[in-house]
Amino acid sequence: MDLTIMMYLIPSMIMFACGVYGFITRKNLIAILISLELMLNSVDINFVVFNRFLFPGQMEGMFFTLFAIGIAAAETALAIAIIINIFRSVNNVDIREINKMKF
Amino acid sequence: MESVGNLVLYFVIVAIISVFSVMAVTSRKILRSATYLLFVLIGTAVVYFQLGYEFLGAVQIAVYAGGILVLFVFSILLTAQPNDKSEKLTSHRKFMGLAAAIGGVAVLLYALFTYPGFNCESLSNFMTAENELSMHKIGQALMGTEKFQYLLPFEAISVLLLACIIGGIVVARKR
Amino acid sequence: MDITLPLLILVLPIAMFLILGLCGMKMSHKFAGVLGTTGMGITAILAYTVAFTYFFSGNADFVTADGVRQQFEVFNYDWLAFTPTLIVQLGFLLDPISALMLVVITTISFFVHLYSLGYMHGEKGFQRYYAFLSLFSFSMLGLVVATNIFQMYIFWELVGVSSYLLIGFFYKLPSAVSASKKAFIVTRFADLGFLIGILILSFFTDTFNFVELTNNPESTLASISAGGAFMGCSVVTWALCLIFMGGMGKSAMMPLHIWLPDAMEGPTPVSALIHAATMVVAGVYLIARMFPVYCLDDASMNFIVIIGAITAFYAAVVACAQIDIKRVLAFSTISQIAFMMVSIGAARPELHEGLGYMSGMFHLFTHAMFKALLFLGAGALIHAVHSNNYTDMGGLRKYMPITHWTFLIGCLAIAGIPPFSGFFSKDEMLTAMYDNSMFLGVWMTMVAGLTAFYMFRLYYMIFWWEENPHYKDHKPHDSSWTMSLPLIILAVVSCVSGFIPFGHFVTWNGEPYDIHLKMSVAITSIVVAVVAIALATILYRKKNDVPAKMANSCRWLWTAANRRFYWDEIYMFVTHKIIFNIICKSIAWFDRHIIDGTMDMFAKVSQKASYAIRGMQSGSIQSYVLWYFAGALLLGLIVWVMVI
Repeated sequence: MDLTIMMYLIPSMIMFACGVYGFITRKNLIAILISLELMLNSVDINFVVFNRFLFPGQMEGMFFTLFAIGIAAAETALAIAIIINIFRSVNNVDIREINKMKF
Repeated sequence: MESVGNLVLYFVIVAIISVFSVMAVTSRKILRSATYLLFVLIGTAVVYFQLGYEFLGAVQIAVYAGGILVLFVFSILLTAQPNDKSEKLTSHRKFMGLAAAIGGVAVLLYALFTYPGFNCESLSNFMTAENELSMHKIGQALMGTEKFQYLLPFEAISVLLLACIIGGIVVARKR
Repeated sequence: MDITLPLLILVLPIAMFLILGLCGMKMSHKFAGVLGTTGMGITAILAYTVAFTYFFSGNADFVTADGVRQQFEVFNYDWLAFTPTLIVQLGFLLDPISALMLVVITTISFFVHLYSLGYMHGEKGFQRYYAFLSLFSFSMLGLVVATNIFQMYIFWELVGVSSYLLIGFFYKLPSAVSASKKAFIVTRFADLGFLIGILILSFFTDTFNFVELTNNPESTLASISAGGAFMGCSVVTWALCLIFMGGMGKSAMMPLHIWLPDAMEGPTPVSALIHAATMVVAGVYLIARMFPVYCLDDASMNFIVIIGAITAFYAAVVACAQIDIKRVLAFSTISQIAFMMVSIGAARPELHEGLGYMSGMFHLFTHAMFKALLFLGAGALIHAVHSNNYTDMGGLRKYMPITHWTFLIGCLAIAGIPPFSGFFSKDEMLTAMYDNSMFLGVWMTMVAGLTAFYMFRLYYMIFWWEENPHYKDHKPHDSSWTMSLPLIILAVVSCVSGFIPFGHFVTWNGEPYDIHLKMSVAITSIVVAVVAIALATILYRKKNDVPAKMANSCRWLWTAANRRFYWDEIYMFVTHKIIFNIICKSIAWFDRHIIDGTMDMFAKVSQKASYAIRGMQSGSIQSYVLWYFAGALLLGLIVWVMVI
């Protein structure tokens, strides 16, 4: 049995679909952030897989993932700071309560 | 032809990733979600190892599993309400989410299986000695300014992280 | 000639305007008044110096060896250079008429400044009043020394503005406000014609410059004639008549005269300065300035004569039936200016070497003096009696001797009794008119008789008739020296200025001309004037009921004359009933319903659409993501369909 490119892309796809589902259905802001991380992670996997199977002699995919991880860290830190701030002001992290930015 | 060990490892990882992904987004308790996410991230790191990117796997574990997840846990503990154990999902929203996820999967599957550009060679064919990624090469690429070298993004990231630290402090500090 | 003096003549009044206008409120009334008067006095001295130099120095710039006076540009700066050929210049043109006008304007303006010290004493906004007077003097001086027609237009508008400001000086009175608006709008409407005339003229001649236009009038006309004809009149006539329309507005010729009687709502010294002596003769001055061009076009000259003759008669008739003494003087002014217009319009180079031009300017000069005198006298009367109507006066000769005598001199001068100044100028004008046509001469002699009649009617009603019983409670008396001195000086000037050999100074081509009285005309006009005065004496010297009976016997005529032959009503009808009601309302309807309606429709459609889709902007991030994801899938679907 061979480990082909498909066999890596499909788990990544499942992970992405889970992220989408979570993002749309969850109420807790932190849970939404977790779903976001899932999606991001699946994309990271894709980069690396493409790099390995399609362009084995190069390193672009890997570096892209490397930087994506760094940026994801930054983004998460900031998002959590914002969430904590929201929690402080409305004592809640329910996304359905936080819909003042409309109309 | 892959070695049996590799195959077994692969299936274990796939099982972990798939199951814990689903559980992470369906679990009612947020702390559990975070824990399942940790498993998924570690599984991802193992994928990196298996593909021969040891450095990346190490970074994944250190930054994601070690850093980000700790942040998550802290924030969950900070924002958790005493009796906020469960959240009920409305069937309407659930349906929408499912539809979106399944629709996405369908499109992606279609794209995957109709795209002719993928070769179906085995992973072992790529894991040759010349493709091996030594720390030396990564360091050279990260610290160089030539083509295919990444000093500028590296520095940009460092500035971004600094800005992020400051921003985090400003946003979250008590007034 | 050194440019310092001419420049100072313009700079001093505008500097006074700026000083009084910007810092006047910090000054005391007295200081502001004295400052303005001093400034005007210095300007007058400078103007005298310049005029004297021009007329008597014998400098080759000003007069040729055989005594022909020349036009001389003291300075002429390029002010606005729009294109290489279209350049607006500002300059200072010295020639006989501008030197004459410098003298007239600064003299009258100085006396009015002086007089106002007493007349406007204690009024609110005293400093503002002096600032506006200075502004007016500046504009009027700039107008008369204009080197080109565009500069003249600029200052023309400036005098219009200062006239507007001064008429509306008592801005708390609704009548003053509406009078100032009326004056501004009517003259502005006339100036539209003026501007179009300027544009036609300069389009064909490629120049604004007076010297270039008038030094070779034949070529000027030839280049305009290239324009051909338009609506039955040649373009030359159109251009000249449109320019004359500006003059009609400023000089209150029919049918644009309606603003001048109402302008009497302003302070009386202002009426003396602006609406009797200086600004209203700007139209005459304009025609005189362009005379070499005008006299080659008979059609426009005849137009001027017709308008002037009708206006002169009309205004004289109306003046006979007015009660407000300032209105009488206002209509008298209209009539006299029309006299000058007719005189200039009747002048032809071949008739007595353009006598009409000379006599018109002569009358401008003498009229400025005696009409200013009459207005200032009327101001003194109003100041003493606190009413504008002669019905509140009567028998004042004992109480106000100075005013009485000076007013009498003014009346004699305007009636044309020798040796007062009006006789000489009027006689020359009548001579020129008889030369032009017999009918015109007779007509204008009749108007001169009417003039004598209504002036003496006014005089007798004020100073004789019957004493008003209120004098016992409030005894009228002559005014302070600041008000009396100008009256006396102007009276003296009115007595002697007729003997000035005016033809030696001002003629249409600069060549000296000896005035010689034509006995037939002189005797006719004297007889007519004396008869008219005698008639007025019989009717109005003592209180009697003959005038009332006469008025009653033809009531409709008296009423019509009193209501100025309903010109204001006609204007009201035309503007309100026709223009506002029919034209403007339909335009407003179009504007409101079609133009606004289209815009409202856009607004309503986008508003409705926004309300319809605003639910999508729910503020919930998850729905946004859902929509986004659905969009991405749809895009994928489209691509898929296209690939297949």
